[in-house]
Amino acid sequence: MTTTRGGPAAAPAPPTRLTTERRAAAVEVCGLRKAYGTKQAVDGLDLRVERGEIFAVLGPNGAGKTTTVEILEGFRRRDAGEVRVLGEDPQSAGRAWRARLGVVLQDSRDQSELTVAELVRHFAGFYPAPRDPDEVVDAVGLRAKAGTRTRQLSGGQRRRLDVALGIVGRPELLFLDEPTTGFDPQARRSFWELVLSLRDGGTTIVLTTHYLDEAAHLADRVAVVRDGRVVALDAPDRLGGVAARRPVVRWLDGGTWRCERTDSPTALVTSLVASGAGTDGEVPGLEVTRPSLEDVYLDLIDGGAATPSIAPGTLAEEARP
Amino acid sequence: MTAPTTSAAPTGGSGRVARSSPALPGPLRLGLARSAAELRAFFRERDAVIFIFTYPVIMLAIFASVFDGQDQGTDGYGVPFAQYFLPGMVATGVMLTSFQSLAISIAVERDDGTLKRLRSTPLPATAYFYGKVGLVLATALVQTALLLALAAIAFDVPMPWTMPDGAGRVATFAWVFVLGCAAGAVCGVAFSSIPRSGRSATAVVTPVVLVLQFISGVFFAFFALPSWMQSVASVFPLRWMAQGMRSVFLPEQAAALEPSGSWQHGATAAVLVAWLVVGLVVGARTFRWRRRDDG
Repeated sequence: MTTTRGGPAAAPAPPTRLTTERRAAAVEVCGLRKAYGTKQAVDGLDLRVERGEIFAVLGPNGAGKTTTVEILEGFRRRDAGEVRVLGEDPQSAGRAWRARLGVVLQDSRDQSELTVAELVRHFAGFYPAPRDPDEVVDAVGLRAKAGTRTRQLSGGQRRRLDVALGIVGRPELLFLDEPTTGFDPQARRSFWELVLSLRDGGTTIVLTTHYLDEAAHLADRVAVVRDGRVVALDAPDRLGGVAARRPVVRWLDGGTWRCERTDSPTALVTSLVASGAGTDGEVPGLEVTRPSLEDVYLDLIDGGAATPSIAPGTLAEEARP
Repeated sequence: MTAPTTSAAPTGGSGRVARSSPALPGPLRLGLARSAAELRAFFRERDAVIFIFTYPVIMLAIFASVFDGQDQGTDGYGVPFAQYFLPGMVATGVMLTSFQSLAISIAVERDDGTLKRLRSTPLPATAYFYGKVGLVLATALVQTALLLALAAIAFDVPMPWTMPDGAGRVATFAWVFVLGCAAGAVCGVAFSSIPRSGRSATAVVTPVVLVLQFISGVFFAFFALPSWMQSVASVFPLRWMAQGMRSVFLPEQAAALEPSGSWQHGATAAVLVAWLVVGLVVGARTFRWRRRDDG
C-alpha cells in the first residue's frame, strides 16, 4: 500500500537553501550527512524548526535521531550539509550560543553529592540571565526533594532534575532527548504540561521520543526519520497525507475477511448492506476504522503495508473492483 | 513522587530576553563557583575523604612506629627515620591528591556523562579546570597539614620554620608544593583519557602511583635503591618532589645522602616544569568531553 505514503513534499515548510533563507528559524538543516565507519547514520537530512513550536523527531532506534540532535547541539561534527541553530553553526558557535540553548541528554547517569537545589543553583550561575532556581525546582515537581542529594533520587526524579538543569538558563531553544523514559503515567502527564507551558512562554522545543502519544499530545509538527532521512514531516494529525488516513472498512464475506480503504466509507457500507448483508440486515464483522498516528508512523518507517491488523489466520486483503 | 506543580512553571519572559541580557559570567568567577561545588561534593563523599586524607597519615604512623629509633643514613651520618620518611609522604600526598584523584575523577565524570552535561552549558573548559585546581590545592593543603601535625606531635620531627634558614625552607616548600600540584594535576587530566571506563579508572591509575612510590624514595630511602632504579625514577616527578621536600625537612648535611650529594633544586624545578608542559600539551590535545564509544 505504498500509495498511502506521504513523502517529504507533504511538509508545510519544505527546507530551502539556507543561503537564500531570510526568515530566522530556530533550526535549519540542509543535506546533513554523518557516517560512522561504513554506516551512514544521517543521509541527506533536511529540517526546519520554526521559532516557538514544539517539533518532534520520531523514528526507530538507529534511524539517526540522536546523531542529528547531537550535531544540532554541537556535540558531533557533521560530514556534509548545512546547519544553522539559532542562526549559528553549532560546530563553531561559542559560549554565548550555548547560553541560549537548553539540552536534556538521553542517557545521563551522572550523580552528585550535591542536593537538587544546590545543583540547580550551581548551573544557574553558568548563564547570564537564568531563571530563579527555586522556581525551576518547583516547576519540575522536585520541591519536596530540593534538599536531597541527587545520588538518592529515583530514575524519574533524576530525569526531572535533568529537565530543571536544561531549562534553568532560560533557553530560547530546548532539546529534549527522550525525556519521559521511565516516568509513571501521572508524572508524564505533568511533564507534558510543563513542556507546553515552556512553549507558551516562547521556548522552541525539539523533542525526540519513542512515545507516539507523547508526540501527538505535544508536537506542533512531527518529523519521521528513517535511514537517516526525513520521510514525513507534518502536524501529527496530518502526518502521512490524506491517503494514509483513509478509513478502512472490514467485513466478513462468506467466512473470508475483506478489507478496503476508501474515502467514502458510508457509501461502501451502504452498498455492503444492499448486497452482502445477512438475513438479519447485518454485515458480518463490519468495522470502520481510521488509522491512528501509530498506524501511520509504522507505515512510514516500514515503508510498506500498514493495514490495521487483520484477524489472524485469514490474511486476505482484496480491493473491491 | 510528587507531581510537578505546573502552575508554577517558569513561563515569565520568553527566551529572547537573554540576547539583550548581561554578559556571560567570567571564567575566573565560574572557576571559583566550580571549586566551591567540587569541594562541597568532595567532603560529602566520606570514603574518598578518608582514603585521601588518612592514607599518608597512616603510612607515616606505621613506618615511623615500626622503625622507631633507627636512623636513615650511611657512613656514620643519619637522620631519625620519621624525619626522613615525612618528606616522601608529603610528596606522595601531593601526587595522590593531584595526579591520582584527578585521573580517576575525570575518567569517572567522562564515563557517567558529567562532562557531557557541562559541555552543553556555557561553562568554559577553563572554569572546569580552575575548579579542579581549587579542589587539588585545598585537599593537598589539608592533607599536608595533617601529616605535619602528626609528625611534629607524635614523632618529634622538627618543623622547617624552626630549623636554620627557616624562611628559605618554607619558600622551597611553597614552590615544590605548588609546582608538584600543578604538574600532578595536568598529568592527571592527561592520564584520565587512558582508562576505558570509569569503573576501570582506579585499577589503571593506582598501580602507576604505587610503583612510583616504591622507586622514588618514598617507602625505601632513595640512596639505598639500585642506581638503575634511581635512574628510572629520575624520569618521573615524584622522585624530584620527594627530594625537594627532603631539602625542606632534613638538615643541610643530609644533602650528602642524595646520589648527587646536593639537593639539586635546579633539576627539580626543571623536571617538574617539563612534566607540567608535557601534561598541558598532551592533556589539551587528548581531553575529551565524551566517552570514547560515544562517537
